[in-house]
Amino acid sequence: MESMTAQEPDQASYRLQLARSLVSHLEAGNEQDAGLVIAELTGFRDDTLFQEVGRLTRELHDSINSFVMDARLADIAQNEMPNAAERLRYVIATTEQAANTTLGAVEDSLPLADSLRSDAHHLADQWARFNSRQLSVDGFRELSGELSRFLTLTQTNSEALHDKLSEVLMAQGYQDLTGQVIRKVISLVNDVEVKLVQLVRLSGNRGKPAAAVESDTAAQGPVVPGVDHGDVVNGQDDVDDLLSSLGF
Amino acid sequence: MKILVVDDFSTMRRIIKNLLRDLGFNNTQEADDGVTALPMLQGGSFDFLITDWNMPGMQGIDLLKAVRSDDKLKGLPVLMVTAESKRDQIVEAAQAGVNGYVVKPFTAGTLEEKINKIFERVAA
Repeated sequence: MESMTAQEPDQASYRLQLARSLVSHLEAGNEQDAGLVIAELTGFRDDTLFQEVGRLTRELHDSINSFVMDARLADIAQNEMPNAAERLRYVIATTEQAANTTLGAVEDSLPLADSLRSDAHHLADQWARFNSRQLSVDGFRELSGELSRFLTLTQTNSEALHDKLSEVLMAQGYQDLTGQVIRKVISLVNDVEVKLVQLVRLSGNRGKPAAAVESDTAAQGPVVPGVDHGDVVNGQDDVDDLLSSLGF
Repeated sequence: MKILVVDDFSTMRRIIKNLLRDLGFNNTQEADDGVTALPMLQGGSFDFLITDWNMPGMQGIDLLKAVRSDDKLKGLPVLMVTAESKRDQIVEAAQAGVNGYVVKPFTAGTLEEKINKIFERVAA
């Protein structure tokens, strides 16, 4: 644009010169030369128009390019969106597993509690008969055997119930694991929202934001299958091996 | 035996507290990140710290480093219970002076084993 303004006085005098020659060509009846001068004069307008269209095209191109070349955006599109899908699938799988573990433990526990209840009910009846002296010697001998079996059953079943309840307790760990994963997806959704707002604006001359570089040991949350987490251990045994190699 | 359990998820703190009670440890307190945990440790005579890594505010690894650089606390046994499972992270925790490292999800047996191991070593 600046070079054009500098040339303007020259151009103006040149155009004036062309206009004079156009008049003299027309007065002389020289149609062919007059046509050439007219073509040259209209060319000035066309050039300015083309330059303006060109400038707009370039700005649009640059804006789109700087948007596309935004490293954070590329990362979102190439890695984080597919990762987010994997992460959400992990949430479904983990919650499903926890629900099944819990339901299984409850289904196993109910018969244990039921058998304790029905045996205790039966024994309570017999015990009441014994206390009101309605029980024969043979009846008491039978009751004594039943009581001894009931005590064994109580021990076995309460231990089994304790194990099942511990399973239910441990299964609740899913809330922590999936919570960490969902937090990551929420932060991605927020990032995408910001980028969409930028896309809507699409104004030029924005600096390219630097891609955030995560340190190697920044907290990652749980390992999600299908998402690259780098060099991760495969379960507690790996952790133990690694630590023992470090002298633990 | 007074134990501090640090995790930002209250469900995980409850799980660990219940497991500890099962193992006979009834005197436990909770904190939801390093920022709340550190003053508790400095103010109260805790014998053992169980901490998560990934927490808002102060992360578990920074809590561990703060404990090791505090003259009064540096001998405190620390068990890390976390979903963080990169080799580099485990090495960093080891170098920062962690006494044990359990990856989530874990079993009651694993937690018991690691806790016992730490106490054996502390007693020795």
